[in-house]
Amino acid sequence: MRRGRTPEPKTPTDFGRVWTVARTDLKQLVQAKDFLLPLIALGSLFYIVVPTILLLTITQIGSVEVIGRVSEALEALPESAESQIRGTSPQAQTGYALSVFLFAPVAVIVPLTISTAVGAATIVGERERGTGEFLAHSPASTREIYLGKLLASLIPGYITVAVGFGAYSLIVNLIVGPEVGGWFFPTAQWWIMILWVLPPFLAICLSLVLRLSARVSSTAAAQQASGLVSLPLIMVAYSQATGVLFGAGYLPWIVGALAWLGAWRGLRKGMRSVRRDRLLTVASGI
Amino acid sequence: MNDPVIRFVDTERTFGDVTALARLSLEMPTNAISVILGPNGAGKTTAMRLITGALPPSGGAVEVFGLTPTSADGEEVRRRCGVVTAKPSLYDRLTGRDNLGYAAELFGLGRGAVAEARIADASARFGIVDALDQQVGGYSTGMKTRLALARSILHDPELLLLDEPTSGLDPESAAAVLELIKAMTADGRSVVLCTHLLSEAEGLADLVVVMEGGRLMVSGRPVELAERHWPKPVVRFTAAGPYELDCMTAWPEVLAYERTANVATVTVTDNAAIPDLVTRLCAGGARLLAVDPYRPTLEDLYFAERRVANERAALEAAAAVVNGTDDGSSPDRGLATVSAP
Repeated sequence: MRRGRTPEPKTPTDFGRVWTVARTDLKQLVQAKDFLLPLIALGSLFYIVVPTILLLTITQIGSVEVIGRVSEALEALPESAESQIRGTSPQAQTGYALSVFLFAPVAVIVPLTISTAVGAATIVGERERGTGEFLAHSPASTREIYLGKLLASLIPGYITVAVGFGAYSLIVNLIVGPEVGGWFFPTAQWWIMILWVLPPFLAICLSLVLRLSARVSSTAAAQQASGLVSLPLIMVAYSQATGVLFGAGYLPWIVGALAWLGAWRGLRKGMRSVRRDRLLTVASGI
Repeated sequence: MNDPVIRFVDTERTFGDVTALARLSLEMPTNAISVILGPNGAGKTTAMRLITGALPPSGGAVEVFGLTPTSADGEEVRRRCGVVTAKPSLYDRLTGRDNLGYAAELFGLGRGAVAEARIADASARFGIVDALDQQVGGYSTGMKTRLALARSILHDPELLLLDEPTSGLDPESAAAVLELIKAMTADGRSVVLCTHLLSEAEGLADLVVVMEGGRLMVSGRPVELAERHWPKPVVRFTAAGPYELDCMTAWPEVLAYERTANVATVTVTDNAAIPDLVTRLCAGGARLLAVDPYRPTLEDLYFAERRVANERAALEAAAAVVNGTDDGSSPDRGLATVSAP
């Protein structure tokens, strides 16, 4: 191994410092209106605007054409899923199925997209702005910096999920609840998806994205590469989420467990990608 | 000189095929101001980065406070250092107070009263108290530099590393920075200052290190270095007429004579000869306006060192050509291309 690439010796991790790095990154995100507004718009669109319009169209307006088309689509659902559908009228059944089954990918796509966008810029951004130099000369270990950056990327995605999930639950319960005999959301499968399926995929995605961010020379390159990396993961997470919601037996649990293992491994490898010299300015002066 | 706070031992750093630092062996004393002089690309910033362990050496070793920055002791080394980089490396979206608070936390001061007091003290020292609650993106270059300086002393470091700290500063702020540097060593701290502004280091340096092309050209106390180039007293004579001083060229006490207009720079055998020279000049009809002892500046020293290095490199290159051993890999080859001042 070349001496210049020797990893930093392990020292005890100061979690206070990890949180300091994460909190400072988050504070900058909050200050960045150009980042915050699209994030709010994206979350609102997928968690509030689209479900509200669609569910209102089905349950309140009762558009025969829309219900007919959605009902046809619902016939393609597996039997295990069909048996879970509640409600007696076609509007109620369609509303229930849409709420529980068809918006599931949203819960996966939105946080993955947001966390990827934040994570891609986090390390290379420090290099581009020259602030990485300050971190490189600071007592914070590369492990603390990495964990701080990871937290700073995870939190916006997960806050979006928490807030979006809460808003979405309220909306579907208010609009569809009266049609199916009361509040029904979130279902057990949704809890599994949010707490078991989503986190490891988010972690795998971020472990890859942070590694890229530590290696490339510009934020634009990091964003492009991250898009390529995160897209297949979003597809896998999407199918996994769908499997959970459709009640595909133990498979989602097994895949979830494997994803957790993959996430653990990915994060450990990712930790090694952050090196002090990689925080130094891109156009490094000699 | 005091015990070394920094020790480079055959230290090398390469970036691919580029050698940024070539086998540097050097000691910088505690409680002193060490000034690294050199043009852009000399290796000053690389040396600075090696001191904190931000960059690991490709060969050799670096010791700071007797510790190795790239070992598990790195955290301690960095905690005891305050660094001002060539670019201020501040977070533009945060306020000045947030920037200082971030540093305070990373350097172990926490978020309490101690940190607040240090922030207030450091910002007052550099005159940025009124701007502390503004976003740094709106700061002028000078204010950013002052904030970076305040950040560097926040945790009361034992060793201050300053990479071109006065670039972009107005003369008043630059003078304040130089005063701070003096004050730091008066408090028992050590300072390493990288600069290409020779005037900046004048009167400040306890140790001068001249670097070029990643190589150490010379290092030593300014007085010692001056004595090496100017071992005999040098006096400047100013006369009313330009030719009134030329008679000195024939006098035995005069070792070297160089005249520009009506000012002659004269190297003499010893100080005791100077009154005699003045008497004889006056007796010969010279109308003397001034006789000043000439003290070489850092600038003179720097260019003298470069001239010597260039001459040596040219000689080596010539010898290699004569001997037929010139394979283009002479380590000092690059120096030969630098034109003498």
